[in-house]
Amino acid sequence: MYIVDYIKEVASAVKSLATGMKLTGYYFTHPKEIITQEYPDNRATLKMADRFKGEVIMPHDENNEHACTGCTSCELACPNGSIKVITKFEVNAEGKKKKAVDQHIYHLDMCTMCNLCIEACPTDAIKMANTFEHSVPDRNMLIKRLNNNGSKIREGVE
Amino acid sequence: MYHINELLNSDNTLKPSFVAMKESDDYTINIGPQHPATHGVLHLVITLNGETIKKVDPDLGFIHRSIEKMCESLSYRQYIYVTSRMDYLSSHINNHACALLVEKALQVEVPERAQYIRVIMDELTRIASHLLWWGAMAMDMGAFTPYFYAFRERELLTEIMEDTCGARLTMNYMVPGGVMHDPHETFVHRVSKEFLPLLKSKLHEYEELVTGNIIFQNRVNGVGLLTYEDAISYGCSGPTARASGVHCDIRKLYPYDVYNKVQFEEVIETAGDSMARYMVRMNEIKQSISIIEQLINNIPEGDFQAKTKAVLKLPKGEFYQRVETARGELGVFVVSEGGTTPYRIKFRSPGFSNLSCLDHITKGSKIGDLVASMGTLDLVIPDIDR
Amino acid sequence: MISFEHITKWLQAWLNAHMSPILVLAVETVLIVILAIALFAVLGLVLVIMERRVAAFMQIRMGPNRVGPWGLLQSTADTVKLIMKESIVPTHADKFLFNLAPFIVMIAAMLILAPVNFAQRFHIWDLNIGILFITSISSISVIGILMGGWASSNKYSLLGAMRSGAQIVSYELSAGLSILTIIVLCGSLKVSDIIASQETGWWIFKGHIPAIVAFVIYLIAVTAETNRAPFDLAEAESELTAGFHSEYSGMRFALFFLAEYINIFIVCAVGATLFLGGWMPFHIGHLQGFNHVMDYIPSSIWFFGKTFFLIFVIMWFRWTFPRLRIDQLLNLEWKYLLPISMVNLLVMTVVAIYHLHF
Repeated sequence: MYIVDYIKEVASAVKSLATGMKLTGYYFTHPKEIITQEYPDNRATLKMADRFKGEVIMPHDENNEHACTGCTSCELACPNGSIKVITKFEVNAEGKKKKAVDQHIYHLDMCTMCNLCIEACPTDAIKMANTFEHSVPDRNMLIKRLNNNGSKIREGVE
Repeated sequence: MYHINELLNSDNTLKPSFVAMKESDDYTINIGPQHPATHGVLHLVITLNGETIKKVDPDLGFIHRSIEKMCESLSYRQYIYVTSRMDYLSSHINNHACALLVEKALQVEVPERAQYIRVIMDELTRIASHLLWWGAMAMDMGAFTPYFYAFRERELLTEIMEDTCGARLTMNYMVPGGVMHDPHETFVHRVSKEFLPLLKSKLHEYEELVTGNIIFQNRVNGVGLLTYEDAISYGCSGPTARASGVHCDIRKLYPYDVYNKVQFEEVIETAGDSMARYMVRMNEIKQSISIIEQLINNIPEGDFQAKTKAVLKLPKGEFYQRVETARGELGVFVVSEGGTTPYRIKFRSPGFSNLSCLDHITKGSKIGDLVASMGTLDLVIPDIDR
Repeated sequence: MISFEHITKWLQAWLNAHMSPILVLAVETVLIVILAIALFAVLGLVLVIMERRVAAFMQIRMGPNRVGPWGLLQSTADTVKLIMKESIVPTHADKFLFNLAPFIVMIAAMLILAPVNFAQRFHIWDLNIGILFITSISSISVIGILMGGWASSNKYSLLGAMRSGAQIVSYELSAGLSILTIIVLCGSLKVSDIIASQETGWWIFKGHIPAIVAFVIYLIAVTAETNRAPFDLAEAESELTAGFHSEYSGMRFALFFLAEYINIFIVCAVGATLFLGGWMPFHIGHLQGFNHVMDYIPSSIWFFGKTFFLIFVIMWFRWTFPRLRIDQLLNLEWKYLLPISMVNLLVMTVVAIYHLHF
């Protein structure tokens, strides 16, 4: 009968709306379900994934030595030219001239964190750090020199 | 769509009906480029008669970054990272297509472990993409809350991605010959013990909140009707075409990697309306769960990456590879001159073809229907413009 | 026990003792205007923060919690921002109507405040056609919305205003009919009479099923009348960006925004008065002890508690449901709500004639 169908239709409609309201009502009364992280406040406990690609760094050991040979593999691998390796010739103990890195310039502002330079590096001299707070007042500060002042290549790295 | 005689006069000038964009008394409004309904910078010039839509005219190019041209100057290792930025919601699958193409051209045998990981990642990406679509579509319809529920599950997924790939959105994880890293040691545990149970326990909430809702059903039932023939002639693919009954899942038709070893159903609806498109995507989430469940505990040991040369040179010729992204069929076409960079590259993106049917399916409906149709087409604007 | 009744009586007596009757009237008018504006400002701030917190908890987030304790000063800070903002008038706008529209909406909202009983014998003007006054004045606000939409010379605004016009005009019918079902029961349009008739129990309990049906229809209709989701088609942000107030900015926008919340408060106050007994405490039959405890809670708390409960329900709607389409919206009214409320009114009339209610 038409009128019965009409009432059934209204009843099922009201029921479907009530199920939805029950769900939002559940979350309203259960504040424990809140998933928000209060970011600047939880900085001390915030743990980033160890593989997170934040920026390229060149680790130095305690003797201020790195593993970069200045081979420019990373520069060639970079798709958007954010790495520039300036090389120099060093005279080693035997009096031989040898290519070495003078300045490893890294443009964080152009980097897309694609990880190709790290894959290309034959000596594992650079790696990705999981830092992520990169905001600076001037974009020139994003152009970084990765090798420290006065740093040397580690012994035995070819 | 149009025959040449319909478009041109005998003296090769355009016929007037194709010159005049609008009549003088048409009420046109611009939806976009900055508009809450178009997630991104899509510009739709819509012509109205009261509330009824007479014509929808998409205006593209606001986020055109000439990715195809950029790829011509990048090597075959480098061009993969750019494709993450096309359809950023299925970046793994875009990368997968590019990696597959290079492997196909160089005839590299990909280790089985890498194939398993790739397929798992693809399906996780598909789930993430469909979850985001679900929330965003509900928001288009005026319900704000689903967005946050969808993001709760997606957040765990992005954390899993972050552990393994080091990124949350633009992964660049697939490389020619395999994947970039071995999965994180917690990967299997987090996917099988944390993510899948969470998602399964929350799927009923989606049904309670949106699918079963009478207002939502009235908004999408019979709205934006795309027939089987139209879906084919407009070149629609993915869930949009499958909702019209087109058998077009590339994973079934042209299986790549280990898709031929897993059991899954190609979700097909025949109604062709917005509700069908919605149901296809919701059911695809379930199918993706089942694919991941079949693979996640059976990842074979071995290398995650095949040995490839440092500099990749594709042989001279033309190569084409297609994959099924969350939105449809992505085709990568490369013309190689034998060098280290492609001579010409063309991406056949699913969003562009799916958008082309928008005018057809919304003609004569209300503005609210336009939003519903657009929401269920699942448009990602950078994918359309590239 | 401190009640508003004592304060007003004492003030009246004190003023009469010191001034001439005309001056007393003038002073009281000024006082009422100040109080009404203060109430508006406070209500606006409280309701905005309430809306945002309710929404946040339903959406498993925290909501504003930075400005002031628990974020309570957030809406105050927003108001300061809105006052400081430049109020832009579009070049092709009808300047006079454009500036007038927010005030019309605001004035309409303020006028409805007059017959509302906030507590026991605490009201501005308890006129004998109080409910009629409320329903008639509340239709004025649509003029302001149409005016704003037309004068903005913006296509989104015009579409939003036209939608709003169609919507408010149709939903007034079922809101009015469901109000009428209660009027049938108590036989008076005077707000204080309606409340007094519920001394033995609220109409929603006493009036059988027709009262409950009328209550539900009233809630749906007023949600539509105040342009709230799921009926917020006039400002459907995914279709018309912001609808009729797309072109408004700064304090003019704030007036529209405030008027929306004031309207919600008022329709909920009317709903509480008609169905939930206004300031009447909750009584159960002959449980004298329980009733006595209930009587001890001040009447103003009863009134505001009921009103805010209804406001919460309307917010609950907003953060759960998707939006309707314009034709479905009108279908819902003309095919479902109106016939149901007409039949309901008929049933209620029978109930009232044969005194079947408790």
